[in-house]
This record gives sequence, structure tokens and C-alpha cells, in this order.
Amino acid sequence: MIEGILVEGLIYGIMVLGVFITFRVLDFPDLTVDGSFPLGAVLMAVMLIRGFNPLVGFLAVFAAGFAAGTVTALIHNKLKVPNLLAGILTMTMLYSINIRILQNRANVPLIRTDTVFTYVTKLFGGTVPEGTVLLIFMIAVVLIIKVLLDLFFHTDIGLTLGALGCNEQMVITQGVNPEVLKIVGVGLSNALVAVSGGFAAQYLGFADVNMGIGIVVSGLASVMIGEFLFRSNRIALLTLRVLLGSILFKGIMYLGRYYGYYIKMTPNDLKLITGILIIISLILSKNKKMLTLLKKKESPEVLK
Amino acid sequence: MIKIHSLSKVFHEGTVNENRAINNINLSVKEGDFITIIGSNGAGKTTLFNLISGNIFPSAGRIEINGRDVTKDPEYRRAAYVGRIFQNPTMGTAETMTLEDNMTIAYYKGCKGLRKSLNNKLRDFFREKLSDLDMGLENRLKDNVGLFSGGQRQALTLLMMVISKPDLILLDEHTAALDPGNARMILNLTLKYVEEYKLTTMMITHNMGHAIKYGNRLLMMDSGEIIYDIEGDTKKSITREELIKKFEVIRKKEFENDEVLLS
Repeated sequence: MIEGILVEGLIYGIMVLGVFITFRVLDFPDLTVDGSFPLGAVLMAVMLIRGFNPLVGFLAVFAAGFAAGTVTALIHNKLKVPNLLAGILTMTMLYSINIRILQNRANVPLIRTDTVFTYVTKLFGGTVPEGTVLLIFMIAVVLIIKVLLDLFFHTDIGLTLGALGCNEQMVITQGVNPEVLKIVGVGLSNALVAVSGGFAAQYLGFADVNMGIGIVVSGLASVMIGEFLFRSNRIALLTLRVLLGSILFKGIMYLGRYYGYYIKMTPNDLKLITGILIIISLILSKNKKMLTLLKKKESPEVLK
Repeated sequence: MIKIHSLSKVFHEGTVNENRAINNINLSVKEGDFITIIGSNGAGKTTLFNLISGNIFPSAGRIEINGRDVTKDPEYRRAAYVGRIFQNPTMGTAETMTLEDNMTIAYYKGCKGLRKSLNNKLRDFFREKLSDLDMGLENRLKDNVGLFSGGQRQALTLLMMVISKPDLILLDEHTAALDPGNARMILNLTLKYVEEYKLTTMMITHNMGHAIKYGNRLLMMDSGEIIYDIEGDTKKSITREELIKKFEVIRKKEFENDEVLLS
């Protein structure tokens, strides 16, 4: 059970890293995620069924996700459409594209197909329990992605991306085209989301065009839960916080799924719970801010 | 160095709200010039800066920088040779990022790559430059810029602008939002950098005294036109009272013109 929560939290954690990049770093609330997550899942499923190596599948999924993000960024940049609407447009268009990728089906099972997880369990087959192998494998994968992302945000372009979300004028003043940065940032975010979808399809054993509904909200909830853990301005800790938030979120959802039964809750209520969780987080963080403001007012330094 | 040919900017053209913000301006700025610009609110000073920096595009006319026609260049491309400082001290820095990250972004202008510029050598360079500011910022490289005061942030913005060595700097009342002490400090720092880096400067100010005291050329703007342009000895010898009188005379003439029109 714990293993399941951890593995799921890590798989979805890759998606939450993407949501963190758009919502927190870029200040670009991007709803493409609801379309790019199933895009990753269905593309991965189709490629595996066609007999491609999972690694090739992941490269294709990464590229497809990046392309989806690029479309959103271009709609926003060139047509001067608000970023929310640009994301919704791409998300809606992706729904049809995802069904096309599945050849006019809404879902496809992967039960009899070799996935990255069957390869890994075969590799360590027998000696260690399957759940542990999956967990160690996912920890390694997510750690590599996290470290690469940390390194990226320390490069010059990564730093400038960070500045874009805070102060777009400053980025322009430093001679950087903000439109290019938005393509890089939103593209990278959706590439991660699609990769996460690719893992999810293989873990769940199926890909469904509807598996993206509410993904961006669950990602945002994970980001916000993580923000209660600790404060920092270092990117390595921020991405760690995101992953911990994702695991915690999956834990809460698990509790809702298994013990919600006692208060007559069904799995269908989980989206409502997710929304309420975000609202509670918002109220708490708002009160936190008010508390610190009050404290500031009381301190004599500011009165001076 | 900078040549502005019959530049005009009309907002909301063809509507009842039509506003001729810049009206057929011709201006030539020589390398090393330090120009102060005065004028009442709505005279078009900031619009002129917006046009030069590329924040907005002109309705008519041409702008040349170093012999290159930049009229159609977007703001981020012109930023490589035009530095600009705003009145609001929070406009020039990213407050959720550390001091060293901010300075790394400003270290070279233009397209950024996947390279990691920030290393200990660069940190030493930043410390050396920051210690010139005499604010103790050299010991706070890892602090978020949002923790600094308005004066510190404006000084930092100045420093970040000059380390990328721009050809022209535009100062838009950059001391107006600060308290008198900090305003004096920022002004002195500006003068020091202008001297040290031989910067061509255009400075908008509301302080007539500063406009006369600093720089080698003075422009007075009104209703989108440059109505008074003096340099050299004429500028040095002019007094505050003469300047105010000049302004009033021009204003009055306009007023009379309006009366003629209305009668």
C-alpha cells in the first residue's frame, strides 16, 4: 500500500514538476496539462503496442508534450490571447488528437504488452519483490529528472526563465525575447507532463483519453501541499518540495478512497475533495500571510 | 549617435480620444552627451523614452542608433544597446530571486544559452562591483532581492545596467520614488557611473535645479514637442527663474492661441 502511494506519487510527481514550472516559476497558469497528460499516455501505449522500445517511446512522448506546450505558447504570444484561454484551446484540440492517436478509440489496454516496468522487473526478477523494484526504479527516474531540472534552472536561460515569472519587464530590459522563453518554459512543462502520462499508462496498464480530466488541479493541489512543508529560495529544495507534495497528495487521495467509505464517500467524490483541498490551502496560506503582516506591524522597526 | 527624424506618436488615432503625444520631433544626440529633460505632466517625456527604447512604436518618423535604423526593432533587441531605469525601483530586478542570480542575468545582454555563467570568479567580480555601492550588499549575494530597500534596489538596477555597458541610458525620474537621502545617493551614483563608463545619458527630471546643474544639454518639452533646447555655456549660465519664465511665456502663448481659435 505504502509502496503503491509512493510509486504513484513519484509518477504523478513528474507531472507536478511540470505544473510547478508553469504555475510557480513562469506565472503562466497553463491548462494544456489536462490534454498533454493523456497525450503522453496514449502515444506511449500505441508505440508500445507497435513494438517500440519504451525508451524510444519516452523520447517521442517528451517531444509531443513539448510540441503541445509550444502550441499554447504560440497562441498566447502571437494572438495576444490570455494564457488561460490559450491552454484551454490546446487542451480541447488535444482531446480529438488523442482519440486519433488511438485510432478512434477512447482507451486501449496494455495488459499483454511489455512495458518499461516489465523490463525492469525482469532485470531484477526473483531476488527482490516486484513492488520494491518498481519503487526503486521510480525513485531513480524521478531523481534524475529532478537533478537535471535543477541544473537547467542554474543555467543562464534557466535563471532568466525564473525572472520572467517575477518581472517580465526586467527580462526585456536584459535583451531577452520573452516569447521565446515562454515557448521553452511551457514546452518543457508539458514535455514533463506527457512523460508522466507515459509512465502512468504503463503503471495502470491502460491509456484512456479521459485520464487527463482534473490533472492540472491535482497537480496544483500537490504544489500547494508541498508549499506548507518548508520555505526556501533554492531551486533544488523547491523541486524536492514539489515531489513530497505530490506523494502527500496521493496519500490523502488514498485515504479518501479507502476510508471515505465510512462517511459514504465514493471515488467519484475525489475531484470535489481535491478542489476543497486547494481552497483550504489558499485560505491557510492567506491567513499565514495576514499573520506575518500583523507581526510586522507590531514590530517597532517598521513603526519607526 | 542617436538620430530622431520627424518622430510622431498618436494614440487612439481616428477616434474621439485621439491624442498626439509626440508631434514631429527631430533630435540628434552626440556620443557622450548628458541631456536633462524637463516638462509638465503629459508633455510626452516618457512617451519619447518609450519610443526610443522600443516599448511602443511610432506612428511616423525614424529612429537611428549608431547609424542603424532601429525603428522597427522590438524592445528586447534594442535593450542590447539602450539601458533604461524606471521610476519604480521594483521594475529593474526580479524580487523572488537572489542577488547573484539577478546579476548573472544582467551580466551579458541578449539570448541566453544552456551555459552556466555563475561561478566563483563571477561572484568575486559581483562582490567587487557591489562594494562600490557601499551598502554592504557584497555580503548578501544569496539573499532575495525582495528583501532589499527601494534605494538598494534602485542602486542595484543602476549597477546591473552599467555592467552590460549600454551605448545609451534612459533615466525616467529614477529618483522620484525614493526618500531625499536615497534620492541623493542614487543621483550621485548615476553621475559617478556616467563619468566612469562614459555613458551617453538622457535623464527626465522634475527638479529644475538638477536639470540645470547636471549634464551638458537641456531640453524642455511641452505638448509632444521640444520647445527649448540649450547646451554648453548657455545652459550653464541659465538660472532657475529664467527657465520658469521661459516655460510660462511658451505656455501663455499657447493659451492665447487657443483663445484665438475659440473666439
